[in-house]
Amino acid sequence: MTHDNKRFVARDRNWHPPAYAPGYKTSVARSPQQALVSMQQPTASELTGPDFSHLRMGPHDNDLLLNFRQDPSHAGLPQGERIIMFGRVVDQFGKPIPHTLVEMWQANAGGRYRHKNDKYLAPLDPNFGGVGRCLTDEHGMYRFRTIKPGPYPWPNDMNSWRPAHIHVSVTGPSISTRLITQMYFEGDPLIPLCPIVHTLKDPLAVETMVGRLDMAHSKPMDYLAYRFDVVVRGELQTFFENQ
Amino acid sequence: MNQPNSQPTSSLMLRETASQTAGPYVHIGLALAAAGNPVRDEEIWNEMAKPNTEGEPIEVVGTVIDGNGDLVRDAFVEAWQADANGHYQADYDLSKPFNSFGRTATTFDHGSEWSLTTIKPGAVKHPSGQLMAPHINLTLFARGVNIHLQTRLYFDDEAEANAQCPVLTRIESPARRQTLIAKREEVDGKVRYRLDIRLQGEGETVFFDF
Repeated sequence: MTHDNKRFVARDRNWHPPAYAPGYKTSVARSPQQALVSMQQPTASELTGPDFSHLRMGPHDNDLLLNFRQDPSHAGLPQGERIIMFGRVVDQFGKPIPHTLVEMWQANAGGRYRHKNDKYLAPLDPNFGGVGRCLTDEHGMYRFRTIKPGPYPWPNDMNSWRPAHIHVSVTGPSISTRLITQMYFEGDPLIPLCPIVHTLKDPLAVETMVGRLDMAHSKPMDYLAYRFDVVVRGELQTFFENQ
Repeated sequence: MNQPNSQPTSSLMLRETASQTAGPYVHIGLALAAAGNPVRDEEIWNEMAKPNTEGEPIEVVGTVIDGNGDLVRDAFVEAWQADANGHYQADYDLSKPFNSFGRTATTFDHGSEWSLTTIKPGAVKHPSGQLMAPHINLTLFARGVNIHLQTRLYFDDEAEANAQCPVLTRIESPARRQTLIAKREEVDGKVRYRLDIRLQGEGETVFFDF
């Protein structure tokens, strides 16, 4: 199999956050100082990637209201605002990306993560794990049912708070399209105060990470819906011989 | 779509969704056992090759080190490599003896090493027609890393192939090429390769854009 005619739209490194963003203090000692080496001609090693269509999922892997029930006979639900987070994974040319793996993780309604290193004052929720995964359907759509995570304080500036957010990981058709981002919630006043959000220079780039309240897809007397579309790098074919 | 990147730019393209750090709790979502949480029936993890896989069984290990020389204990790494015949097996299926994709993470304990159980990959063809030296693509995520870092791991017992690899030799500084070359060790009769990833400063690992 040859991949010689395939390539991806170059990643715009000025659109994404730079490695060194001193306002986010942890990046200072974790950012390379040397320039990235540009691979002018990506190879099969970069142009291919894993296909997770055959990864066996559990029935509630995308339903965080149900997927941490320790005792199925106990009908406990997590505390918090019930929401649906959904959207489409498309490439830069608007082409839907079907059957790709979307993974997410988040804090509970009090802003506490179920992680052995998180020691925040807010309590763990016995009915909430905070992890989900699913494959996009044939139209590139994905969907999770969860609760809205709470904001939480973190040691950066003297009083830094993360806006409510859900971490989102998308594979796409190749390791070249791999992307991890965070979905913020429309209207959250903590977004413009966040040092991690500020690693982005372009306010439009920040807007690409804001999930929008979607009343049409919310369910009366049940849940609100937030729409979050994800755009991954566009795939191109080279049409002409290079000579 | 109603986000602003839903509108094509002047080049008739959408803008890529922006990257954000995977944060200190990446394990909750992508490495559940490392977070101290229960695992699901099938998890994507670091056993890429089962004992019956064709090829030389190897372990690949290393640390991740920051600009102060300290261990990065919350790094998460993804691997992508060819099988022993130089072919990528894209279909991820845990019932197969070998998968080209794997995940690992540095640990919170003393040594803080990531590790992969795999086989030595075969050589893959470069678009020029030349063969590239055997290698494993590694992608690194961590708290403080705003967009993932992409590198390659090569093998120190492939000196001849390494000297001719069209990707490795594209790195202008010969000294910097050495930052990608894992050192072979034999431990209890088992073959292990070690590569420490240095994020910044002296001996900084080469990271690629592609």
